[in-house]
Amino acid sequence: MVSDKELEAVEQIVNGVITDESLAEGDVLINCLHEIQNHFHNFVPLEAAEKVAEILKVPESSVYEVLTFYTMFSVEKRGKYVIRVCNSLPCHVTGGKEIIETLKKELGCDFSQTSKDGLFTLEETGCLGLCGVSPVIMINEEFYGNLTHDKVLDIINNIREEERG
Amino acid sequence: MPVATNTILMCAGGGCISSGEESCLQALEKAVEKYALHDVVKIVETGCMGMCDAGPLMVIYPEGVYYQKLTPEDIEKIVSEHILKGRIVEDKLLDNPVSSLKTHNPYDDHPFFTRQVKIATRNMGVIDPMKIEEYIAHDGYFALQKALSMKPEEIIEELKISGLRGRGGAGFPTWLKWDLTRKVPGDEKYVLCNADEGDPGAFMDRSILEGDPHSILEAMAIAGYAIGASKGYIYIRAEYPLAIERLNEGIKQAKELGLFGENIMGSDFSFDLEIRMGAGAFVCGEETALIESIEGKRGQPRVKPPFPAQVGVWGKPTLNNNVETYANIPPILTKGARWFASIGTETSKGTKVFCLAGKVKNTGLVEVPMGITLREVVYDIGGGIPDGKEFKAVQTGGPSGGCIPKEHLDTPIDYETLKELGTMMGSGGMIFMDEDTCMVDVAKYFLDFSVEESCGKCVPCREGNRVMFDMLEKITDGEGEEGDIERLEELGKNIMDTSLCGLGQSSPQPVISTIRYFRDEYEAHINDKRCPAKVCKPLIRYVIDPEKCVGCTACARVCPVTAISGEVKQVHEIDRDICTRCSSCIQVCRFGAISIQSP
Amino acid sequence: MAKIKSLDELMKIKEKAVKDIQMRDTEKKGKIVVAMGTCGIAAGAKETLQAVVSELEKNGIDDVSVVQSGCMGLCDVEPTVEVVMEGSDPIIYGHVSPEQVTRIVDQHVKNGKVVSDLLVRKGEI
Repeated sequence: MVSDKELEAVEQIVNGVITDESLAEGDVLINCLHEIQNHFHNFVPLEAAEKVAEILKVPESSVYEVLTFYTMFSVEKRGKYVIRVCNSLPCHVTGGKEIIETLKKELGCDFSQTSKDGLFTLEETGCLGLCGVSPVIMINEEFYGNLTHDKVLDIINNIREEERG
Repeated sequence: MPVATNTILMCAGGGCISSGEESCLQALEKAVEKYALHDVVKIVETGCMGMCDAGPLMVIYPEGVYYQKLTPEDIEKIVSEHILKGRIVEDKLLDNPVSSLKTHNPYDDHPFFTRQVKIATRNMGVIDPMKIEEYIAHDGYFALQKALSMKPEEIIEELKISGLRGRGGAGFPTWLKWDLTRKVPGDEKYVLCNADEGDPGAFMDRSILEGDPHSILEAMAIAGYAIGASKGYIYIRAEYPLAIERLNEGIKQAKELGLFGENIMGSDFSFDLEIRMGAGAFVCGEETALIESIEGKRGQPRVKPPFPAQVGVWGKPTLNNNVETYANIPPILTKGARWFASIGTETSKGTKVFCLAGKVKNTGLVEVPMGITLREVVYDIGGGIPDGKEFKAVQTGGPSGGCIPKEHLDTPIDYETLKELGTMMGSGGMIFMDEDTCMVDVAKYFLDFSVEESCGKCVPCREGNRVMFDMLEKITDGEGEEGDIERLEELGKNIMDTSLCGLGQSSPQPVISTIRYFRDEYEAHINDKRCPAKVCKPLIRYVIDPEKCVGCTACARVCPVTAISGEVKQVHEIDRDICTRCSSCIQVCRFGAISIQSP
Repeated sequence: MAKIKSLDELMKIKEKAVKDIQMRDTEKKGKIVVAMGTCGIAAGAKETLQAVVSELEKNGIDDVSVVQSGCMGLCDVEPTVEVVMEGSDPIIYGHVSPEQVTRIVDQHVKNGKVVSDLLVRKGEI
């Protein structure tokens, strides 16, 4: 359940996006959903989506349509850190496969799943446009390139430590 | 401030240093001091000039005279003769001066730099993208200023003369798009910038937006003025947060200076734009899907016609160009359309930015004149294929394009020639493949991409690509049957003929193209159950060479499925039925005893 | 800042900007440009930039400016750093880790010696 206080926050976010962009047309929907998703740590609760529909005066079904069409959105709870692994050919030929195996093994989960500690969700993504430093992953909004098995472990462990302390 | 009249470059590459560059430099500094030439002579130590056998080397500019095999005594003589009296010291001249070295940039001798002509990427890596002043210092916003003093028709006429064509894929003439949108009646129109770069291996748009955001803003304002629009959108992938940040900062700074927003540069023209983010859907790079997404809907393509020029965002006439196309606009206006048209080929003018990725030594971003040959890109700029492997093919145009095999390396690259070869310019991603790449596997990879990214609206793309993918999987699994190739070709043609949007219409292209050039590989998979590149797992097996195996047990220990058996110091064996072909054993074998075979 | 209303005013800004860039070059002994495109950042350019700033501070060098730029197109050798010292042509270094920054500041910025093994040059791009 999303608390009333959280719903208020949603309202603020949406209104913020509208005034910021000077336009109140439905076109702010995707930008709104991005911000709401950030607010709830990587997912959009359905109650929040309903609130967005109400404020922007678009049918709930349209919001749901959008949420399920675009791969970056999720209506299911995800980890605080979403790890997106580039699965495109340039990364693939420079050792992306090994990176994927390392991640799956280290996090103990497959693609579209969340690690047991609830911290990480593993996802695939199309080309991130960083082919010069492939293989590449994106963790929330940070990019990591020229990856190796050990580098990946370092990155994951650093985040874990940060979270602990 | 006195201006240096002579610049002396001393090569400080490893070769020259080892042949005495340092003592020459000291002699040079001493001579400069002796004749009090500090103010007029600039001494520069450069990287390797690449002619190490002639070292120590020195070049004197502005004349560009090369001196070779120098000693400290020579230096003294050259300074007193050449610098002071303007007489060239003939006996120390370089034997074979390299004609291409005309300016004093030490990097000019590298084909990675010399073969490039930077128009769209002119400011990338040169200016601070967060400072509008630096953009202005490099002639920024002068094109917009000039445009505002012209009639819209004149601007479009300039574009027509320039011959600029869309850099996002199909190569539609840019002027025509502008002209069509301008002629549609209506006072509310929109200018779009497609920054939803998604082709695997293409990242020029991101680099331009991050490195030179103002060039896009300026070009969009010019477009707005030319077609009669006061509002624009940049649609950008959410995966590019840095580009979004720099665009936002750019818009802010431009507004503060009155170069954007209300009454630009005191004129009647106002133009503002907003940034709309994507959310991970490749199909949104298709212009009508992009428009749907801007309106806050699922990114599903619309039926064309009507084209966006007539019915675009919110049903209004809309002009849509991609990032690289816009980046070419300001220089065309400031330097002139004829200058631009003088670069390139008959039908394809100007330059194209390519991203080199995959099995090539110099990966990265390059801007080259249209008409350059693929061989020059691969071997001169790209530095060839790493690890002594052989070039096999290059994939251009991403999942909508095809591959070009080595027989066609000498084809000049432009829109038309690529089309004839069964591929397309696309956004400019070039993925290089060497002999270890299986072309059936590559085709399967791209089709998998199209299956994933199909929006699902029309049946041929949604279902047809899936069926093709399944057939390819059957082939790479060693279960292909005779007639499969023909069935793939037929189905592919159907999908291309009947799909709604550009994504579907081109999605079978990688399959058709690999069949065209590498039919024998398909046949080997189907008829002989063999993968010539030894990639497709069900068609390969790992074998231990009893001659080379010393029985160290390293492979057996690392095998995750215990498929390897053997006693210490005895020859080991791999059980084919258990082996998963994970390649762990090959990586640990220090004796090169394990090899991959395909029957 | 005042809004630009004419070509003359735009020209003035340009002249001032050009001068500023030159002034920066004359007042300062040089500049260090770190390529901060996403590709550079993914390869560690942020750490490199921090190292440049702190290394200059540590050595008490205040006449060398640190500038960010976009991608230079040399993705293969990221992070890349360009060192432009007064009287010298720009030198581009590749694969610059924080440890290498120490060497570049020490050898090139302080003593004017090109760190040749980090140079981006023929055959190594």
